[in-house]
Amino acid sequence: MSEKQIIPITIAEIPEGFSGKGFFATSMKKAVGLARKNSLWPLPFATSCCGIEFMATMASHYDLGRFGSERLSFSPRQSDLLMVMGTVAKKMGPVLREVYIQMAEPKWVIAVGACASSGGVFDTYSVLQGIDRVIPVDVYVPGCPPRPEQIIDGILKIQELVGNESLRRRNLQEYEDLMKKYNME
Amino acid sequence: MLQSDKKKTVFQTNPDRDQLVVEKLKNHFVDAIIVHEVMGDMLCVNVQKEFIYNVLLFLHDDNELQYNFLTTLCGMHYPEKNQLGVVYHLHSFGNNHRIRIKTATDLNHPVIATATTIWPAANWMERETYDFFGITFEGHPNMKRILNVDEMTDFPMRKEFPLEDQTREDKDDSMFGR
Repeated sequence: MSEKQIIPITIAEIPEGFSGKGFFATSMKKAVGLARKNSLWPLPFATSCCGIEFMATMASHYDLGRFGSERLSFSPRQSDLLMVMGTVAKKMGPVLREVYIQMAEPKWVIAVGACASSGGVFDTYSVLQGIDRVIPVDVYVPGCPPRPEQIIDGILKIQELVGNESLRRRNLQEYEDLMKKYNME
Repeated sequence: MLQSDKKKTVFQTNPDRDQLVVEKLKNHFVDAIIVHEVMGDMLCVNVQKEFIYNVLLFLHDDNELQYNFLTTLCGMHYPEKNQLGVVYHLHSFGNNHRIRIKTATDLNHPVIATATTIWPAANWMERETYDFFGITFEGHPNMKRILNVDEMTDFPMRKEFPLEDQTREDKDDSMFGR
C-alpha cells in the first residue's frame, strides 16, 4: 500500500435546508437540535461497577469526546444528561430525585445497566427496583455491566432523541402529565 | 503439613481458660448462667437477659479475664420460641482468648441493656441490631436506624420478612420459586 486512503468522518450532518452563496437557511428546530445533540453535558451518577465501565467509556480508548460529550458536569444545574449507572438503594432514591429536579430543562436521563433499569439481581427490600420509579427515563442500556460500546450506543440513542425533539415538547400536556406522575411541579 | 495439624493451628482452643471463665461466672452470678458449652472452637455462654450488663461488665473489668475487645454483636430471631436474641463475641487480647455470650428476650417486648458504656464499639452494632431485628437497647445514646430508610416500619432480618421487593409485578412466582 503506497497511498493512504483517507476516510472522512462525519461528526454532524447538515440538516435539510436552503443554501446559497454565503448563506444557509434551515428551521430553528433543526439548528437547535443539531447544537444540543452534539454538545451534551453528562452528569455521571455512578454508584457501582457500571460507573467503572463509564470511566472506560470516557477514557482515551473509547473516548466519548468523539460524540461531543467529553465535558462532564458535576453540577446538576449545568448538565443536560443524567447518567445513572449502578445500583440505587431505596435510601438513595430521594437524593437521585433531588438531583433530577435541580437539573435545568431540557434534560434527559439514561439508565445504564440492569440495576438502574430494573433493580437487576438485587430483588430485595432495600434496593430501588429501577430508577424509573423515582424519575422518568429516556433510554435504558441493558447489561451487567454493559460494555463501553453499549454505553456509547445508549448515548447515540439519546442523541437521536435530542436531535429530533420538538422545541416545544416540554410544554406539551403529555410532558406535564408525566411530571405529575412523578410528583414534580 | 497434615490436615489434622493444620486444623489444630487454625482453631486453637484453650479448655483451661474456658473452664476458668465458667467457674468465675458461676461464682459471681449464681442464677444468671443458663447453659454453657464449647461449640466448635469457642466457649458459648447463655446468660439471662436481666444479668447481661453485669456479666459483660464483669468480663471486661475482671483482672484475670480482661475481655477488652468486643469483636461483634448481632441479633438473632427464634420464631418457634417467640424470642429475639443478641450474641456478643468477646476477645481478650492479653490472654488470646475468645468467648461468645448469648442472651434472649421476649419477641413482644424486646429490650436489652446497652453495652455502649462498656465498649463504645457497641454503639453502631446495637443500632444495626435495632435496625434489622427491632431490639431496643436501653441506655443507648442514639437508638435509631443506621442503614435502612428512616420511614421503614419493619425489621427486615426477622424471619417472617420476605427478602424480595414486594412492589415488583413483572415476576412470575412459579418461575422464581416464590
